[in-house]
Amino acid sequence: MNEVLLRSLAPSVLGILVRRGADFAAAEDAVQDALVEAVRVWPADPPRDPKGWLVTVAWRRFLDATRADAARRRREDLVYEEPAPGPAPTVDDTLQLYFLCAHPSLTPSSAVALTLRAVGGLTTRQIAQAYLVPEATMAQRISRAKRTVSGVRFDRPGDVATVLRVLYLVFNEGYSGDVDLAAEAIRLTRQLAAAIDHPEVAGLLALMLLHHARRAARTAPDGSLVPLAEQDRGRWDTESIAEGVEILQAALARGRLGEFQAQAAIAALHADAPTAEETDWVQIVEWYDELARLTDSPVVRLNRAVAVGEADGPRAGLAALAALDDSSPSSSSRGYPIPRRAAVAAYLHERDGDLATAARLYAEAAQKAPNLAERDHLTRQAARLNARGCR
Amino acid sequence: MAKYLLLKHYRGAPAAVNDVPMAQWAPEEISAHVQYMNDFAARLEKTGEFVDGQALAPEGAWVRYDGEGRPPVTDGPFAETKDLIAGWMVIDVDSYERAVELAGELSAAPGAGGKPIHEWLELRPFLAAKPCITE
Repeated sequence: MNEVLLRSLAPSVLGILVRRGADFAAAEDAVQDALVEAVRVWPADPPRDPKGWLVTVAWRRFLDATRADAARRRREDLVYEEPAPGPAPTVDDTLQLYFLCAHPSLTPSSAVALTLRAVGGLTTRQIAQAYLVPEATMAQRISRAKRTVSGVRFDRPGDVATVLRVLYLVFNEGYSGDVDLAAEAIRLTRQLAAAIDHPEVAGLLALMLLHHARRAARTAPDGSLVPLAEQDRGRWDTESIAEGVEILQAALARGRLGEFQAQAAIAALHADAPTAEETDWVQIVEWYDELARLTDSPVVRLNRAVAVGEADGPRAGLAALAALDDSSPSSSSRGYPIPRRAAVAAYLHERDGDLATAARLYAEAAQKAPNLAERDHLTRQAARLNARGCR
Repeated sequence: MAKYLLLKHYRGAPAAVNDVPMAQWAPEEISAHVQYMNDFAARLEKTGEFVDGQALAPEGAWVRYDGEGRPPVTDGPFAETKDLIAGWMVIDVDSYERAVELAGELSAAPGAGGKPIHEWLELRPFLAAKPCITE
């Protein structure tokens, strides 16, 4: 049985239950139960109509739970009969679920957890493993999130941007435990793109596909990072790149540029270069200018400095970096330097031939690296330069 | 979403405001302290932010490899060790600000006279194993 296919039915089944009048939290539990039951029963006895089967089982579970609940509270004002068939299951149900699970009243971690469970159909255990927290903690996080959105109307359109932020967070979590969160994020974004016609949804999907295409080439067999310029481009997934580029072009043609489309355009230019040397850095700088116009973050301007260094030489890159420091003098004095600033400076100084400064900055960057893979990579860079005797 | 370690020290942290050794507290003050710690952990479980919490015995040994075919060498404990860890709590939170807020609450655990200890806790971010996918 294809578990991903099974899970792809989860949001529409959940949507049907909610439309029939079940409250979201109880309906979500019932759908989880039905999914677990399907994993148990289907291999030996596959249903002819998988979705119909899930709706029937989930609705029965919901009624059982509600009855038990109602009996406990001695309440008798609930209708137990099978309701008249609700409106035909629509794509809108799925879309509404995305909005609900990414509701602005939720913290990012709650929105991520709820999305993975209610829309993604993952179990609490799988989500807990992926985020390396105890299952009890994740269960609480999810039930708290459900309580938070319990009063939210299911039929109001939500904010696409918040949904995209949640999916982007899931994508960046990558791979740990038995769930490939990057692949799951792509699946969920693809499903969202089918439910809503929105250029930024397409832009995010393209961005994910273009990054995902490079995944195999990004890590060496020993787990160490391989920088973009040194990656074996023969190991890039050309199918994924072609799909990403096609989706991006269609989105860009609509003339409603957004942050994710601009990021995807940069990723597409990298993907398009047969060798690192043939990268169209001039066009990449232009896209960074667009991106800075859309979302002027220090991280964007830092990446722009790298691109300027490639397009116009390391001196120009260092000048762009200096301009960045001047424009945000408070950022470093407050103890929040721009992440990876030292790493970028080290790279530009090395290309400029100042190996001693580069070695010192690589070591400094390693101290500030946010994860082990990057720290080890930067430490190796510092060691490589120091071994040349340029202390 | 990031994990942080809250480290409690027997020794080595700057002096707390209410700096009275636990052995000199009243028994019910010790109970109140333990209760506070348990309640704190239980509350974090409910908010979905708890990962782990452990206490360490103050006494331990140093151990090191001593070459092929030889048993490891043990030594200590060394009384002069400046830094002595008493225990930890690991939390998984949305922001650095939230981690600081929680550490502040944990530091308010009651001590002598039922007053907050104002103990200094060390707050350390985890290095995630994996890099972000977007380069």
